Amino acid sequence: MTAETTAAPTGTSSRGSRLLGVVTLAGLALVVVLAFVATAADTDMGESVRLIYVHVPVVTAAYLGILATTVGSIMFLWKRSEWWDLVAASSAEVSAVFMGLTLVVGMIWGKPTWGVYWVWDARLTSTLVLFLLLLGYQAVRRTSVDPLVRGKRSAIVGLLLLPNVVIVNRSVEWWRSLHQEPTLLRLDPTIEGLQLFTLVLAIAVATLLLGWLVIHRFRLAWLQDQVDRRWLVDAIDERRAEVPA
Amino acid sequence: MWSTVTSRRRRGRTVFRDAALVAGKDLRIELRSRVGLNQVLPLAVLMLVLFAFALDPDTGVLERATPGLFWVAVLLCGLLAVQRAFAIEVADGVTDSLRLSALDPGAVFLGKAAAVGLQLLVLQALLLAGVIVLYDAAPSGWPLLAATCLVATVGIAGAGTLYGVLAAGVRVRETLLPLLLLPVLAPVLLAATRAFEAGFDGRSGEGWPWVGLLAAFALVYIVAGLFGFGALLEES
Amino acid sequence: MSDWGYVIAGWSITAVVIGAYAVWIVLRGRTLSRRVPPEDRRWM
Repeated sequence: MTAETTAAPTGTSSRGSRLLGVVTLAGLALVVVLAFVATAADTDMGESVRLIYVHVPVVTAAYLGILATTVGSIMFLWKRSEWWDLVAASSAEVSAVFMGLTLVVGMIWGKPTWGVYWVWDARLTSTLVLFLLLLGYQAVRRTSVDPLVRGKRSAIVGLLLLPNVVIVNRSVEWWRSLHQEPTLLRLDPTIEGLQLFTLVLAIAVATLLLGWLVIHRFRLAWLQDQVDRRWLVDAIDERRAEVPA
Repeated sequence: MWSTVTSRRRRGRTVFRDAALVAGKDLRIELRSRVGLNQVLPLAVLMLVLFAFALDPDTGVLERATPGLFWVAVLLCGLLAVQRAFAIEVADGVTDSLRLSALDPGAVFLGKAAAVGLQLLVLQALLLAGVIVLYDAAPSGWPLLAATCLVATVGIAGAGTLYGVLAAGVRVRETLLPLLLLPVLAPVLLAATRAFEAGFDGRSGEGWPWVGLLAAFALVYIVAGLFGFGALLEES
Repeated sequence: MSDWGYVIAGWSITAVVIGAYAVWIVLRGRTLSRRVPPEDRRWM
């Protein structure tokens, strides 16, 4: 164990997170090799099927992040501990990034596959609404500096994310099922064998990546709170020092 | 043991009585100021006019879009009603007195939500009349339409009141509330429009499942409001 | 754009966005931790 990690860490890394990072990168390398070289192109969709190894894992990880935010929010309201508040907030931010990416990659995949950048299919539509919900969460985070106020407001929004996700998904899927999609617009190719393995592996790697990002984002948020707290204390001390003895 | 039973029953009755108190206060303020009457309702009619300008009544698009446009108008005007419901509190510093009073936060939530809900129902009645007159709509399936309006209103009022109190304490509340509320209400718009479409077309059977979804939404937000309102009221 | 173009575009955008985000977190973390005394740097 190096002195850096036991004494004063000078950043957000630790032995554990470094290990996680290495494992994630190794997994990622394997996924890239499989996605680009080892697996064959889909018979109907051509090479563009390789984008599914990005699109589906990223959105899956984003949903896991939302789950973490909901759990963190509930725990915060129960325990009122800042730790849970920061867990919820960090997960929400990383999930927002992943959701945004899902939309962009979805559009890039859509063009060669269906000829259009956007279709109102169940997954893309739900993802768009969820992305907007997460933007709302971010906005609420910025409304107050007081950790308790900020925590309570975010926690209410955060704990409702999961029910909102369920309701949105249910209603959108139901809505889209009313319009029979023509077989040409098959959204996910049927995949099996090595392709399925690659997809599952990619989902696992995306989850590890989510974990690594959330851990670091959490530590960053913690440091930010410490800095803010110290700024206030320092400012008060300075003011007091101005008063003549 | 006997005393806890009676006190619990008394507390239960008190919640509804307190809620009625709060609702009555909000509605009385509304009736006296007449902002709803003078501003929100005309805005609703204005929206119908704008939709007609945008969608050209002669091409048949307006007719087909009527259910959706109705609910879009309800959502947007409902947003105004919610903002108004909390603006009056913040303006007069009533939130402090609400907090300091012995009223159970759940009761305050129910009261405010009921007041908002009632205003929404009036709004919907007007919009329905407007749509029949201006868009030449001929809806059938009235039980379905009435049920949709009622259940959707409970959900909109519940979610609106919960997020409304959250945004009330914030300086950027005018833009924060829509950003929070509209994505949340998107499923309500979806379900209510599909139900109305079924009702308007005479296919009521297909509309009732959507009312079920609206009921689930309403349940989630009434429960969330009952439990979360207190925490938010503490600091806004 | 051929199919490969879209595939490369999709993967690259993902790599760049996530990479940049990770780099920002790590670098900002280093900057902030220098402004905080050692005992406050971690939650535990």
